[in-house]
Amino acid sequence: MVKFEIHDLNIWFGSLHAIKQVTMEIQSNEILSIIGPSNSGKTTFLRTLNRLNELNPRYKISGAVELEREDIRRLNIELLRQKVGMVFALPLPLPLSIFDNVAYGMRMHGEKNRKILEEKVRETLEKAYLWEEVKDRLAESAFKLSGGQQQRLCIARALAVRPEVILFDEPCSGLDPISTAKVEDALVKLKENYTIVLVTNNVKQASRVGDRTAFFLSGELIEIDRTDKIFTAPRDTRTDGYIRGKFG
Amino acid sequence: MKNPHRTQRIAFFFLLLTTLLIVIPVGLIVVIIIQKGLPAINWQFLSAMPRQGMRAGGILPAIVGTFYLVSGAVTFALPIGLLAAIYLSEYSKGNKLTRLIKLAIVNLAGVPSVVYGLFGLALFVVFFKFGASILSGSLTLGIMILPIIITTSREALESVPQSFREVSLSLGASKWQTIRHIVLPNAVPGILTGTILGLGRAAGETAPILFTVAAFYLPRLPHSIFDQVMALPYHLYIISTQVPNVDEKVRYGTAFVLLALVLMMNLVAIIIRYKFRKNKKW
Repeated sequence: MVKFEIHDLNIWFGSLHAIKQVTMEIQSNEILSIIGPSNSGKTTFLRTLNRLNELNPRYKISGAVELEREDIRRLNIELLRQKVGMVFALPLPLPLSIFDNVAYGMRMHGEKNRKILEEKVRETLEKAYLWEEVKDRLAESAFKLSGGQQQRLCIARALAVRPEVILFDEPCSGLDPISTAKVEDALVKLKENYTIVLVTNNVKQASRVGDRTAFFLSGELIEIDRTDKIFTAPRDTRTDGYIRGKFG
Repeated sequence: MKNPHRTQRIAFFFLLLTTLLIVIPVGLIVVIIIQKGLPAINWQFLSAMPRQGMRAGGILPAIVGTFYLVSGAVTFALPIGLLAAIYLSEYSKGNKLTRLIKLAIVNLAGVPSVVYGLFGLALFVVFFKFGASILSGSLTLGIMILPIIITTSREALESVPQSFREVSLSLGASKWQTIRHIVLPNAVPGILTGTILGLGRAAGETAPILFTVAAFYLPRLPHSIFDQVMALPYHLYIISTQVPNVDEKVRYGTAFVLLALVLMMNLVAIIIRYKFRKNKKW
């Protein structure tokens, strides 16, 4: 099933043309990796899907982005962001306790019942493989966790509002290899229930976890295909050059 | 001969010297006021009405008056200033109107205090017919400290990392929820700092209350916000210049009480701020 359909997407920040004529689909329950060098528009593309780019007053968009055949600009923005969660590049806990970080989204959507909140917090922390490490210190500041734990906390926080899609913006860029492995494990498990879009600077990570891989360059979508095809027989020479590390 | 070490030592010496120059007057003020004013402080001085044309007795009505005026000014200025700061920091776009508002605020901060006094007289005392009253005085002082509160609050709000806003919004929180639950709590220390500054200014100014509320000699406590009151800075001015043969002790005692009152109000705000800072997790 198709989750996102993107047609002729163009994005500008002022005079900077950040995304050029991108047309593609994102399937349900797949991990779509987006690779490409810095400034290729990967993050901009990702932030289009939950309309976070709109915080920038110089942002302009043309083309269509549809979530389950509905134009995302016509959806209620809070509802869209509840359906399409996001995990940022750096671990960004809110200045709250561990518990309150995970409960934050649910509370903002009106959940007040302490019992339900406690249950949900536990459930989502388990899904993010963090529960065992933090179950005795839920009231502590989230900033006391290590970087890898913080990033898994951010995943739990995104899961807690029951999204359908989760956008990962280079989630492992600030993490050591062991923490990265844990986050990647979590990603693969999450695929069963969620659609995942993973922007990564790490080509190997894309080859490890992605079902499909899209290659962006200077705001253009160069190629999108099954990950094994991209990595064994890319159609475009630029894709080939990038994954072999010739530039980027 | 260029000797970087000697140049550095000379630079450090001058930096230290200028810093000390700032500390000296502050220290001297405190020392002199305490030294000369403390002997006048006793229970009667703090709790009795003035007698014998303010040459004897206490200064209770002036203490109460200043307390009311400062509380009133903050009550008016804090909510208005905070809401304006939220608008400017979170909602306004960088257009002409915003620039005009910001310019107005900067200019408001530069208006001499006696002009505020005249403005308060014209607007609150005469036009709104509040008369010379606590209400008129508080409003005038409130307008005077508004720019301080707006500017510091705006800076406090803007210093909350943008990433916190993005995280909150990305979880589906509305803009107002984000401001209410993430931005505001993290800006409280800065907002309180602005309030402290405004509070001290409101307590110490004489000119804005001159025509709007301050009574020369009124040995009773106010009953409503439409009463006139005595106020410490104005009282100090009077007994220093208008009433002959006032004991020096009484003057310095009044100054001491004014200083102590401001410091005490500051202390409350500092404690609240400290508590918030301690909870601050970034």
